[in-house]
Amino acid sequence: MSAVLPAVKSGEVGAQRITFVVMLAFFILGPLVMYPVFLMKVMCFALFAAAFNLLIGFVGLLSFGHAMFLGTAGYVCAHAAKVWGFTPELAILAGAAAAGALGLLTGLLAIRRQGIYFAMITLALAQMIFFFCLQAPFTGGEDGIQAVPRGKLLGILDLSNIWNMYATVLVIFVAGFLVIYRTVHSPFGQVLKAIRENEARAISLGYNTTRYKLVAFVLSATLSGVAGATNALVFQLAALNSVHWSMSGEVVLMNLVGGLGTIFGPVVGAFVVLAMENYLATLGFWVTIVQGAIFVLCVLAFRRGIVGELGRLIRKPL
Amino acid sequence: MTEIFGIPTQAFMGQLLIGLINGSFYALLSLGLAVIFGLLNIINFTHGAQYMMGAFVAWFLLNKTGMGYWWALLVAPIAVGIVGVIIERTMLKQLYKLDHLYGLLLTFGLALIIQGLFRNEYGSSGLPYSIPSQLAGGQNLGFMFLPNYRAWVIVFSLVVCFSTWFVIEKTKLGSYLRAATENPELVRAFGINVPRMITLTYGFGVGLAALAGVMAAPIYSVNPLMGENLIIVVFAVVVIGGMGSIMGSIVTGFGLGVIEGLTKVFYPEASNTVIFIVMAIVLAIRPAGLFGTQK
Repeated sequence: MSAVLPAVKSGEVGAQRITFVVMLAFFILGPLVMYPVFLMKVMCFALFAAAFNLLIGFVGLLSFGHAMFLGTAGYVCAHAAKVWGFTPELAILAGAAAAGALGLLTGLLAIRRQGIYFAMITLALAQMIFFFCLQAPFTGGEDGIQAVPRGKLLGILDLSNIWNMYATVLVIFVAGFLVIYRTVHSPFGQVLKAIRENEARAISLGYNTTRYKLVAFVLSATLSGVAGATNALVFQLAALNSVHWSMSGEVVLMNLVGGLGTIFGPVVGAFVVLAMENYLATLGFWVTIVQGAIFVLCVLAFRRGIVGELGRLIRKPL
Repeated sequence: MTEIFGIPTQAFMGQLLIGLINGSFYALLSLGLAVIFGLLNIINFTHGAQYMMGAFVAWFLLNKTGMGYWWALLVAPIAVGIVGVIIERTMLKQLYKLDHLYGLLLTFGLALIIQGLFRNEYGSSGLPYSIPSQLAGGQNLGFMFLPNYRAWVIVFSLVVCFSTWFVIEKTKLGSYLRAATENPELVRAFGINVPRMITLTYGFGVGLAALAGVMAAPIYSVNPLMGENLIIVVFAVVVIGGMGSIMGSIVTGFGLGVIEGLTKVFYPEASNTVIFIVMAIVLAIRPAGLFGTQK
């Protein structure tokens, strides 16, 4: 897509470091003024949105089925924690591994096409996973998996204490965010950007672009899985709405609002979209209408998103 | 002869018929998507919502003005088509210079708005729409009972599909359209008003969706969510067929409807997912789709 980071300039890293510290301070001090459960949800979805952004922003692939990774990981994590009695860290790893494996399978199919086809294929595959989750015996159908035990992290830290849980989510979020940050700024990330800008040229330079795209897809799916699994532990619930296509739409919306192809856009977008949903929750279906209206507005008049516009203001990519 | 592959003939033919009916809708909708994509290079995510609007227009006409099914077949596509033209003129037009994905995002947002508004107003339980009296009843074919209305849907959608194919592939108007798909600048240089053609094409594709909605109204109930999941299946149909050819959309649409119907007979658990599985297989073997050409 055309929301493109300018070439690396001096000062870019500095501005991003400062923003990172601000973000960290926000999530550490946030619980003083906001509900910690809400902030945990924001962090889970910020990680999810950032993982999604790795594809759209840096490889130029619009996945319209990312909910399948979020949801699958949530189900696997919940099942592992509740039925198999896994400790939380193992349950999250199991969820992430499941999402990664699913990412490998679906990625192999989806990256055979580009652009609009890629979006339609991921959407259709995600719908298949949705029906699977609706019918499979272990997912609990319409009820989902409820009362998932949070357990003790590493056998020591009791996560039923909200502050322990909050700290855990914060660490997971920051770690995931840094993985994405490193990926984007690594030589691997540079190749991804080259593929986004001109795939034919990247091929002619000798890069196996299919493999690069697949690795990026699996990485994005796995990190989405980490987010989904963590989210399932926070809410002690894995439910159908997390694999529904509207969830895939929501993560697109978060990125669009925050700024496609920016480092911090997904985090800001996740916060704004979730805050809006919280605020409008009493209004029933108006949430969908407002979301749709924001989609239209962003596409027509606000394609850089909040962080993209801020970055343009200070002339440094954020 | 009362069984086919161990399944009672009655049940087998019944599902085959349902498959053909669903196939009619898949064909009509994927045809509209293909026509729009050909000229506008966008995937019209609003297609499902526009199909639903077609059904609602039919319901309004019957309940507010007393105009019946036959009028609805004419009025609904025009009314919804006009809404489509307005959308194209005011919004889509601004996106042609940008990445095609923005068109997808915009129409996705519009679909959310439209479906949300209808859901606010009419809930999600659905409104009844009765079969027109001329097509009530059915024929006893000996091995199965064939409701007249269902036979009509299959025949009429075939007629619509092939008329569309004929107009696009065999007439002068269609040749302009195909030329503009290939190279809009050049066609413009010949003095043809391409922007107007684009607008009308979008209106036509949307009209096809609305027509399918009217035809669906007596079969399924008129429901704000009727297009929501359907459109995702139709996307899979489009991926399987490839958007290169009109005939491809028609054949794939009907074919997949039948496959889905037969899956309901032999392995009902997979009937929701079979089309997506077919899509996965086709992608693995022939990524460009059955009738498509890879760029």
